[in-house]
Amino acid sequence: MDAVSDNLIEIHDLDYSFGARKIFNGLNLTIKRGQVTAIMGPSGTGKTTLLRLITRQIVPDHGVILVDGVDIATLNQTGLYEMRKRFGMLFQNGALLTDLSVFENVAFPLREHTRLTNRLIRHVVLTKLHAVGLRGAADMMPQQLSGGMARRVALARAMVMDPDILIYDEPFVGLDPISMGVIVRLVRKMNDALGITSIIVSHDVQEISTVADCSYLISKGKVAASGSPDELNKASSDLVRQFMHGMADGPVAFHYDAPDYAEQLLGRDTE
Amino acid sequence: MFRDLYYNMFDFVRTFGALQLFFLRLLMYSPTVLWRRFGLVVAQIHNAGALSLVIIIISGFFVGAVLGLQGFSNLSRFNAEDSVGAVAALALVKELGPVITALLFAGRAGTALSSEIGLMKATDQLSAMEMMAVNPIRRVVVPRFLGGVVAMPLLAAIFSMVGLLGAHLVCVSLLGVDVGSFWQQMQQSVEVADINEGIVKSIVFGIAASLLAVWEGYNAIPTAEGVGRATTRTVVISAIVVLIFDFMITAVAI
Repeated sequence: MDAVSDNLIEIHDLDYSFGARKIFNGLNLTIKRGQVTAIMGPSGTGKTTLLRLITRQIVPDHGVILVDGVDIATLNQTGLYEMRKRFGMLFQNGALLTDLSVFENVAFPLREHTRLTNRLIRHVVLTKLHAVGLRGAADMMPQQLSGGMARRVALARAMVMDPDILIYDEPFVGLDPISMGVIVRLVRKMNDALGITSIIVSHDVQEISTVADCSYLISKGKVAASGSPDELNKASSDLVRQFMHGMADGPVAFHYDAPDYAEQLLGRDTE
Repeated sequence: MFRDLYYNMFDFVRTFGALQLFFLRLLMYSPTVLWRRFGLVVAQIHNAGALSLVIIIISGFFVGAVLGLQGFSNLSRFNAEDSVGAVAALALVKELGPVITALLFAGRAGTALSSEIGLMKATDQLSAMEMMAVNPIRRVVVPRFLGGVVAMPLLAAIFSMVGLLGAHLVCVSLLGVDVGSFWQQMQQSVEVADINEGIVKSIVFGIAASLLAVWEGYNAIPTAEGVGRATTRTVVISAIVVLIFDFMITAVAI
């Protein structure tokens, strides 16, 4: 029998374009089993797109994505859905189903995929809600929740099927420091307690540094740097230093491509 | 100019083909959804049907009342006011019932379907379902489509019935048409074929309006503006399609 590979997800030579814009150009990346891996990069580098590619919500122009050794491009819809049952995904805004209560949102995957009794579903859902500290909000509707609470409910829903891989898309955006701290602790706790693999897409360097085992910095369609948060902090590359220390200007220019400032103000650029 | 025309035609044919494939997918999933998730369909019949009752009943009543008034006024020139019941019934059952109900349905239930599905898309709810290995077409779109398809003929029947009551109230209670003549003339003139024509129309309109509503919602650009546009298009395209189908079915029936 083959030994289980350390790499749960492998991406080889990935190309992806959105219209005329090239998002990825020969991207190579591996996600290690059991680790919290962070994918970082300036806005617009395609971090969320990468998650969508890994889960085959979109397909690459070229390249191979292996999940546990299986090329996801070869899966039919049934195979794809079976694979997705191994994933839990936390969307940026929670993506809770607005016509269902908090309890029913968390119970949703169980009701769709299992034939558990209502009693058992209730036990599982309350356990997961307890883990994210929201057992008391079970009867609330998504509209009644704050942003942080909605994300915690979404996290409970993402892990209700006991996935192997939890994916977090910008989990810290727009949260107050307390909610952010709660989510950071939950990411680590879930990963270690459940023995799963976590992928976090974020550009919050401080938070990522406290939670990630390994980070990838993506820029211009490729991995610009990788390593532990400490290694990235000490990196000498201008791009890594600019990103990790939040400097306004550097390899990632502050100004978007534009005509000459003076010429444009004088209206000569339109002549 | 010819190039624009070519691209517009190309887009139209491509969209029309995609719409047909989408319709086939809905039909393919429908038996499973009806069998396994009947509760979802019932909830959508309630949403599209029961919640549209107020507008259908009020509109039906006044359309029937106006038909009664107009019928009485015109027929009394030929001393044929006793036939007003027959005229109102034929107009309602064959034509006005299905057509006006479909237009109101597109405005009330169709827009609700489009905007609901469009907003679910814009807030990543459909993507979240995909990620939970739940097919959003099967879970969200098909029950709403079936709910509309079932609700529309029922609403058209209610519209016609309430319309007849409106005509009865105006003609018999207010204008003094003999109640016996009103109903007897109606009974003699309206044939099963007329009722069948109305039923066929309401079913076809129900399928068309529901399909367009869920299609527009599912393919909405996931922004506030995109969902708004999809909702507007649902009403406009549904109204045009309903009137075209009305002409075609009437032409075939005659």
